[in-house]
Amino acid sequence: MRSVRRRVASLALVSILLPASALAHVRGGEAIGLASGLQHPVSGLDHVLAMVAVGLWGAQLGAPAIWLLPVTFPMVMAFGGMLGLAGVKLPGIELGIACSAIALGVAVCLELRPGPWGAALLVGMFAVFHGHAHGTELPPGANGLLYSIGFVVATGTLHALGIGIGLVHRWPAGRTALRAAGAVVALAGATFLWRAIAGGGA
Amino acid sequence: MRWRRPLSVAAVVVLAPVLARPADAHLTGTGLGPFYDGLVHLFFAPEDLLQVVGITLLAGLGGARPARAVLFALPAAWLAGTVAGVLVGPHTTVLAPAAAVTALGGLVAADASLPAWTITGVAIAIGVLDGGQNGAELAGAHASMLVAVGAVCALFATVSLLGGQVVSVRAPWARIAVRVGGSWISAIGLLMLGWSLRGNGITT
Repeated sequence: MRSVRRRVASLALVSILLPASALAHVRGGEAIGLASGLQHPVSGLDHVLAMVAVGLWGAQLGAPAIWLLPVTFPMVMAFGGMLGLAGVKLPGIELGIACSAIALGVAVCLELRPGPWGAALLVGMFAVFHGHAHGTELPPGANGLLYSIGFVVATGTLHALGIGIGLVHRWPAGRTALRAAGAVVALAGATFLWRAIAGGGA
Repeated sequence: MRWRRPLSVAAVVVLAPVLARPADAHLTGTGLGPFYDGLVHLFFAPEDLLQVVGITLLAGLGGARPARAVLFALPAAWLAGTVAGVLVGPHTTVLAPAAAVTALGGLVAADASLPAWTITGVAIAIGVLDGGQNGAELAGAHASMLVAVGAVCALFATVSLLGGQVVSVRAPWARIAVRVGGSWISAIGLLMLGWSLRGNGITT
């Protein structure tokens, strides 16, 4: 076991010491692209709360929603991102994101059970706004593909975090705590909505 | 109704080259020689890697038969495509990989049960297209064919390791994890399409 570790460490050291490995690739902006993509979904509280709420709701609903929602959200979100990248305008993006936090928070708070497809439809509807907002914000010089990979992975990780937290649903105290968390998300969403309306809802 | 599924896959395979656009070269130098340059190439070309992972996951979910077929068909088609790319010249694509990644990820997320020959056919199409692109880049850079050999070795190792893991999946949650991975791949493919549209000046 120790020899394997030594070999891995030696390999890592050798790869760092080889200058050609760092200079040879002809493209640019990979590191900043991946880092920006990973950072972007966690840089806004509105997005973080909505993503975690998707996981919480999925955990409350159980199978198949526990995996259907995290499958639906990234795909529809990416569709929204594609629209944004293609220059298709979407009105009221900030309003949509704020409403998503309210709706998902209320769903968790009240333990709403619209059925797996109803839940997927609701989550997918709001995912378009999140994707559109993020898809258009690539920093200059960053690699678009690596940004996209980081963006999707970070979003999926937030869902997984929500599901992980939501597993406390199996205990009575955990159920109460989840409903309280849903109320907090909904209240935060109301604050975001207030700000969006005050700021023009762009 | 049973003919619709293979027809849809065939439509994707046929449309992909039609949507072709020029792409940038992305050969990677390790300083260790052409074979090793080829070996790491796949891991420095995410648009290629995503397609390989997508088709491998799809084949793995389909069972041992399609997984075995893809294990040999994909590297062989890749090598053939590389040779063709070297001989024919540039026919590189931007929209085709994005469309392929989106479709493959979607099929994995949906846990689509396709016939083995369909999965193998898609793998061959991917191998020929991506191999062709790499071949054209090799020709443009006057690089050794050992790069292609290294790339095919990396491809074979990746497909065998990943495909073997997916075929041996028994726990329901593990199969769901693979499907979630497929949805991520599809999402990345959709964003790739968006970047392609923007990069080609289609946007306003």
